[in-house]
Amino acid sequence: MSAMVRLTVNGQAVEVPAGASVAAAVAHATQRFRRSVHDAPRAPLCGMGVCFECRVSVDGVVHVRACLTPAGEGMQVITDA
Amino acid sequence: MREHYDVLVAGAGPAGLAAAQAAVSHGARVGLLDMQARPGGQVWRHDVRLPAAPAARQAIEALQGVKLLARHSVVTAEPSALRVETPTGSDLLSFGSLVLATGARELLLPFPGWTLPGVTGAGGLQALAKQGWPVAGKRVVIGGSGPLLLAAADTLRKHGAHVLGMHEQASAATVRSFAWQLRRWPARAAQAAGLRLRLAGVPYRCGSFVREAIGGDAVRGAVIETPHGTRQVECDLLAVGYGLVPNTELAALLGCALDEADAHPRVRVDALLRTSVANIHAAGEACGIGGLAVARIEGAMAGHMAAGDVAAASALLPRRDRERRFGALLARHFTLDPRLRELADERTLVCRCEDVALGALAGYDDARAAKLATRCGMGACQGRICGTALAELGRFPRGGARPPIFPARLATLAGLADFSPDDARRGNRP
Repeated sequence: MSAMVRLTVNGQAVEVPAGASVAAAVAHATQRFRRSVHDAPRAPLCGMGVCFECRVSVDGVVHVRACLTPAGEGMQVITDA
Repeated sequence: MREHYDVLVAGAGPAGLAAAQAAVSHGARVGLLDMQARPGGQVWRHDVRLPAAPAARQAIEALQGVKLLARHSVVTAEPSALRVETPTGSDLLSFGSLVLATGARELLLPFPGWTLPGVTGAGGLQALAKQGWPVAGKRVVIGGSGPLLLAAADTLRKHGAHVLGMHEQASAATVRSFAWQLRRWPARAAQAAGLRLRLAGVPYRCGSFVREAIGGDAVRGAVIETPHGTRQVECDLLAVGYGLVPNTELAALLGCALDEADAHPRVRVDALLRTSVANIHAAGEACGIGGLAVARIEGAMAGHMAAGDVAAASALLPRRDRERRFGALLARHFTLDPRLRELADERTLVCRCEDVALGALAGYDDARAAKLATRCGMGACQGRICGTALAELGRFPRGGARPPIFPARLATLAGLADFSPDDARRGNRP
């Protein structure tokens, strides 16, 4: 097993293998990544940076595509769902 | 910041890797950009748990001398230059020659319940799992069309998922005919046989497709149409993808002519992969879905062309033509059942970004009019999902590409090199 990276998702501590995406880290905490314009929960669809369903806030920066972003030690990720 | 490359390659999948390697072999200064954090594209995507395919490892190791520009998203084009956004700012990358190796994305079609968390593309869930998405012990139903269903099932099982079944929309007769034709491509036949062997315990149902996803806050089941009637299965994840469509947004932005004979455009190239714009070549899936072997050969051809070696590119033509015939075989055998175009009902959301239901689009026969009236296609994905789906459904072609081709920061569009310290924190970590 490779090294692990520790970060928080909505304040909850999460541990994922080094090289994992923020999307994977979020999935360990919740299935809800964002709310649609009609308030329905949404989660990743395409897994490759195209659909934008996985966008979350990372260290205070909003609209970050979780599937394109490598999880980093100490990151604070907030979902909007 | 402005950087110049003799040859700039957009996309670090198999085609882009081959292009960069070929171009650098001629002594060119080569840049290879990709919006992902690691090279490999989709098919050679890095897996956090499993070792890389030997060919992928070799292609990535062969990048000595190539400047790898990871996490670079192209947002606009200028004459002989691309403006890219990075986690910390933006750059202007100018080029002598450009190779478009932008690959493909999955064709995702709307069906009732497809917006529920836990419903993904088939290749989509495979990509997520490779990046550490937890699938171990999860019950997964896979649906859609083409060899990707098998590849996805294989990856998911290696990550510990319990794959309940693969539902291929093509008929059993068609799939058998495809398997028979495969004998002309022994390497692929062997690969397919290996996959089938590894997936021996997983049901593979032909003439079968996912009609509906069931669930409240997340998916908990699927309604499946089979040749023997409709049935319902419980599942934790539902992964449905109907094959691939070329990514042509960057080509269109650069003014390269597209071939729009089918529902989904592809970049038009001549035999030596020249686009309609001087000094811009295109290779691999962007020119039409052909698979990994095509991507690697065309990438090498385009890299040689971009570095000015027409002879080296021409020498690869016979191999390229042979591999392209495999792409044609795929397209012929996995054409979509017309019933798939009827899955979405009036209330099914088509535009997921703006929550626009299919029923709201009645009466519109072009993407622009529909967008102005309903906001369909106006969201963050810029119509990549809904526009492509509506084109497949036969409603109207996707609207033309306009800059920025991905949502970008104002600072990027203003041409500022660096974001404020606050902004720069985005993803700027080891």
